[in-house]
Amino acid sequence: MDHAVSDLTRLSKDQSAIPAVEVLSAEMVYPNGTQALLPVDLSVAEGEFISLLGPSGCGKSTLLKMIAGLLEPSDGRLQLWRKPVKSLINTGRKLAFVFQSPTLMPWASVHSNVRLPLDLEGICRADADQRVTEALNLVGLGNFADAVPRALSGGMQMRVSIARALVKQPDLLLMDEPFGALDEITRFKLDAEVLNLWLEKRLTIMFVTHSIHEAVFLSTRVIMMAARPGRVVEQIVIDEPYPRTADFMVSPRFARYAKRLQDSLLSASAGLEEEAV
Amino acid sequence: MSATTMRAATRPVKRAGNRRFRRLILPLFVGIVLVMVWQFLVTALKVPTYLVPTPLLMFKTLVTEFVPLGLALLSTLKITLLSFALATLLGVLISFVFVQSEVIEEALFPFAVLLQVTPIVAVAPLIIIWVKNQTAAMVVCASLVALFPIISNTTLGLRSIDPDLKSYFTLNNSTRWQQLVRLRIPSALPYFFGGLRISSGLALIGAVVAEFVAGTGGAGAGLAYEILQSGFQLNIPRMFAALLLISLTGVALFAVMAWLSRLALGSWHSS
Ligand SMILES: Nc1ncnc2c1ncn2[C@@H]1O[C@H](COP(=O)(O)OP(=O)(O)OP(=O)(O)O)[C@@H](O)[C@H]1O
Ligand SMILES: [Mg+2]
Repeated sequence: MDHAVSDLTRLSKDQSAIPAVEVLSAEMVYPNGTQALLPVDLSVAEGEFISLLGPSGCGKSTLLKMIAGLLEPSDGRLQLWRKPVKSLINTGRKLAFVFQSPTLMPWASVHSNVRLPLDLEGICRADADQRVTEALNLVGLGNFADAVPRALSGGMQMRVSIARALVKQPDLLLMDEPFGALDEITRFKLDAEVLNLWLEKRLTIMFVTHSIHEAVFLSTRVIMMAARPGRVVEQIVIDEPYPRTADFMVSPRFARYAKRLQDSLLSASAGLEEEAV
Repeated sequence: MSATTMRAATRPVKRAGNRRFRRLILPLFVGIVLVMVWQFLVTALKVPTYLVPTPLLMFKTLVTEFVPLGLALLSTLKITLLSFALATLLGVLISFVFVQSEVIEEALFPFAVLLQVTPIVAVAPLIIIWVKNQTAAMVVCASLVALFPIISNTTLGLRSIDPDLKSYFTLNNSTRWQQLVRLRIPSALPYFFGGLRISSGLALIGAVVAEFVAGTGGAGAGLAYEILQSGFQLNIPRMFAALLLISLTGVALFAVMAWLSRLALGSWHSS
């Protein structure tokens, strides 16, 4: 319907609301002494689609895990909806995480896999089953509810993983290179699906990727990171209306954004290459 | 070479059927050939019966002595199954204790190893002195032999969880109990059944060793006693018959465990 909202309107509308994610000088030094992240300051408004882009080892996964509460920052703080990450439950908001690999339970059917978060939450069977069926239909796997994960292709397993995240009806969806292992066609299809979901559900997404094209196509804003030590170097707003179609991908505007990100990525990786030589 | 492999590759269903067929028929065929060669050699070389009997004589003895040997088999089987059950129960309990904390495991694991490397023949006489009840003593001996694979496999299994899946459970505010039931135990099952398969054989070995050491005859005499007795009487065919029964029992135990494991793990794990 009203899909042609420019993200500027989205952003300005959201400025009044409290930010979904705030990273306040959060820093990460692993116990073995690796400085994975210099202090990062970042604020994500509700409803944004953020891509984290950067060379391997720049701390994208580390940052995402800190936001999810899987890692404690060695210094600094993180807040979700102005509350410490650990108190997210009390705000009534929900967070879902999609890992790089599908991480399904190999012994359980697709349906049981997707129902897992609801089971853990203690939601009654009938309600849960209905929500699972809806989520599976949403990712186009309605007919595969009884299959075991290993009977599915990599792309289908990834969609199960996304269904498992969506069934929670999350307000914040964190995805760590979800489609990194997939071929380009499948990846493009899943990208479009994620984008549709985001437009429909109006959730906040943070999406780690290695792909410039993915970042430009999907996000309202790209966070560029650099490695050794990991840090945020630049933030680039992709000021394009949604829905974004295949036409956008071949437009000169897309090419300009891609070039911009490419230059930024090259300078972010520059130190790395010198080191490697 | 390529013609046959290609044909086989294009018909995977048939090939799978063939393989199951081969896995049964081939060993059976080899066994029959070996028995025939054995029969032929013993007859042709006129090997005296008190050294090596012919297989025919062995089978005949098995039939004529069916009742005493069968009773002995039941007795050995009883010790084996009791100790297998005890070892499984204890082993699983100990594994659960081990995975509660690394410190506990580090403190206790060497003792599990100690238990494993001490030859049971050396300890059995002590146990038989300490434990009054003969059956109980033998069950304790055999359990000690069968215990270790269950402990080590189940502990490994309970620990070998996909770290991302573990993170996923943490993210969803799961309780320790939910993690145990929904994540740790299912992940451990293939390892556990691997341990069971090894332990079932060890329980039988332990039972036979315990019977040897105990050396008691009478109503509850086991196959080991029958072997000892036949040895004293130079009744070698009977000795062979008892031996055959022990081996067949071991194979049967292994087959049952493999079948159980396939039943429990279903399609998700092709171990
Ligand atoms: N558990 C850990 N212990 C010690 N160092 C770690 C650990 N995890 C990551 N690191 C280090 O921290 C840095 C950042 O790692 P991280 O996984 O966050 O990078 P990334 O940007 O996600 O890389 P990639 O794109 O390859 O996934 C790397 O140098 C890595 O070696
Ligand atoms: Mg990563």
